[in-house]
Amino acid sequence: MNRTGGLRSRHLISIDDLDRGAIEQILDRAESFAEISGREIKKVPALRGRTVVNLFYEASTRTSSSFELAAKRLSADVVSVRSAGSSVDKGESLKDTVQTLSAYDPAAIVIRSPHAGAAQLVAGWTDAAVINAGDGKHEHPTQALLDVFTLRRRLGALDDVNIWIVGDVTHSRVARSNILAFTRMGARVTVCGPPTLIPRDIETLGCEATPTLDRIGEAEVVYVLRMQHERMHESFVPSLREYAARYQINSRRLAPGQLVMHPGPVNRGVELSAETIDSPQALIGDQVKAGVAVRMAVLYELLVGSPMLAAVA
Amino acid sequence: MIKRLFMAERPGAELMLRGAHVIDPRTGLDEGHDVLIAGGRIAELGAPGSLPAPPGVETLDATGKHLFPGFVDPHVHLRTPGQEYKEDLDTGTAAAAAGGFCAVVAMPNTDPTVDSAAVLGSLIERAGREARIPVGFLASITRGLHGEELTEMADLRDAGAIGFTDDGKPVVSAGILRKALQYQRLCGGIIALHEEDPALSGAGVMHEGAVSARLGMAGIPSVSESTMVARDGALALYEDARVHFQHLSCEESVQALQDAKRAGARVSGEASPHHLTLTDEMVRTLDSRFKMNPPLRTETDRRALVQALASGIIECVATDHAPHAVHEKEVPFEQAPMGTTGLETAFAVLYTELVTSGELGLATLVERMTAGGALYGLEIPRIAVGRPADLCLIDLDARFKVGEDGYASRSRNSAFEGRSLQGRVLLTIAGGAVAHRRPIAASAEWRAETPAGYRGETE
Repeated sequence: MNRTGGLRSRHLISIDDLDRGAIEQILDRAESFAEISGREIKKVPALRGRTVVNLFYEASTRTSSSFELAAKRLSADVVSVRSAGSSVDKGESLKDTVQTLSAYDPAAIVIRSPHAGAAQLVAGWTDAAVINAGDGKHEHPTQALLDVFTLRRRLGALDDVNIWIVGDVTHSRVARSNILAFTRMGARVTVCGPPTLIPRDIETLGCEATPTLDRIGEAEVVYVLRMQHERMHESFVPSLREYAARYQINSRRLAPGQLVMHPGPVNRGVELSAETIDSPQALIGDQVKAGVAVRMAVLYELLVGSPMLAAVA
Repeated sequence: MIKRLFMAERPGAELMLRGAHVIDPRTGLDEGHDVLIAGGRIAELGAPGSLPAPPGVETLDATGKHLFPGFVDPHVHLRTPGQEYKEDLDTGTAAAAAGGFCAVVAMPNTDPTVDSAAVLGSLIERAGREARIPVGFLASITRGLHGEELTEMADLRDAGAIGFTDDGKPVVSAGILRKALQYQRLCGGIIALHEEDPALSGAGVMHEGAVSARLGMAGIPSVSESTMVARDGALALYEDARVHFQHLSCEESVQALQDAKRAGARVSGEASPHHLTLTDEMVRTLDSRFKMNPPLRTETDRRALVQALASGIIECVATDHAPHAVHEKEVPFEQAPMGTTGLETAFAVLYTELVTSGELGLATLVERMTAGGALYGLEIPRIAVGRPADLCLIDLDARFKVGEDGYASRSRNSAFEGRSLQGRVLLTIAGGAVAHRRPIAASAEWRAETPAGYRGETE
């Protein structure tokens, strides 16, 4: 479908769908869309007359709103379906919901599901391009792309950059997509967290794993994961107090020059201290801002392809 | 003697099979033979071309084909009563016959559970009307599979149960299991165990390892199974009870089984075609057909199972045939029910993947596929004059794609769908009656016949 040949798939299900060239192609496109976001009229007609369906089976603020904004800024018609209050609530199966929505002939379906593999299944049931906005604890590829975009803007390139991902890796789709994306862009990745929250054999994804922050000084970038309170009740950690004492990223542990990222929403005072969130070392606001431009780029690359951009933007 | 196998009454087969290569590991037969079947029994055996064909008896040219004792599957889910939309006694035994099986043992985790003589009695009555091949029934160890109170095991034995299992679930309480093992001294019947420690398997949906780390799905560690095998091997030894371990899936369990045997425990084990040939790498596809419990494990585990089957540490093959409707499996992996069908593909899968690759001898495979009933005290099928005709004729050279002609089972959730396999079952005679037959291309005498109830591609 893509005339420049960078994207290997007509869908974006996994970072595995993208080689380094394809990632760079999307990020380059996102740069030009970021410029649009700075204008007073933040809209281009690239997807005029086309429909984008956002199908969210899980709570989401950042991802759903930025996908909606991205599609609207490309002039697409947007339909957002959330599980609460929809036919999903009445027990309709994923397949029937997708086939019903596909009858409206959407150009793209953006899906968020609590279950791994949902986006891939949807791709088998529709002619639309499918974008995975998070499937269970499996992947969240657009988050990884916006994180790479944010870092690339700050550092130029990720080659040999030392990135630590800290926290609950087991339950994090962001961690999985980011390990893949960061290493694909040439970075070295270390995951760090309580041994109860680091999956067995995680090293097979191409990262290192360590249970302590002792070597955190090596990191140029510290990517902090959200610590979910319910994990405490499941006894993955004895208490949030002990977790914070061992793994919180704060000014005491950070050296000047180390960058801090977080996919949000943050638990202030748990995985990140308040002063770190608000410090210039934190790129959290940049990440959120990048979300719209990167998701515009993903929609554009999947639905339009490259050669028209000059004319559009 | 209490009857333990049940099927619909059918006329005894009358057939002359000419020139089939007969392999029966227990009688040592391994050469070409004519086999005359009369009145559902093996009437005569002779050198190829030596037996005169009695007038009016259909003669089949089986030259180049292999004739084995019928296979026995000690572990199938026929979903009856209560879930006939997945499978029933007719379709389930049709699937078994299509796979060369001449007897199957059905699990009691139905709806309602087979936990009373009344439920078992009605099931046996139905098998007497609907089953195309002999079926034996296990009753549950605990009422409702809740793991709390023993069923009326002695009554269930008198009603025809060949043994007991809570399959689908482990007996978590060692205390309850111990009482069942003690009670076995009164009522007999093997106690078969699905081994899994729920505290370790938790919400797991696949093997815990590199693949689950990549996919972000909760893992079921191997030790969830093997620690229970070790525990229950020790209990079996202490109570001198007869215990069978169902669908073993990992190297650690093989070790635990071997240790229990060496210590003197009366224990046995089974392994399924999918655990013997597939690994958790298949789950990378996120295809729910590869979701089963116990889960597909690693290549190391697979090899350990094959070695254990070859050496006899694991005595038999069991399909754990677990049919599910299309709509149940057409959901994200984590939401899908556990299980794959297996009856129709078991021999071809193991022949193609293990015998042609040299991992397992053909005679050993036949032995392990026919041994499953013996552990429940059922007669092992043999190809010998005077024995009931329980046999299957197979074309080892015939290739086919799984699912290309549909399935005899009501369900189509085969982990092997689309695979190209070798070894097609042409004829199954079970309990003395023809239960399945396909056309033999080489013989004009062979009439093409589609088994009734055979279903096409759509459901």
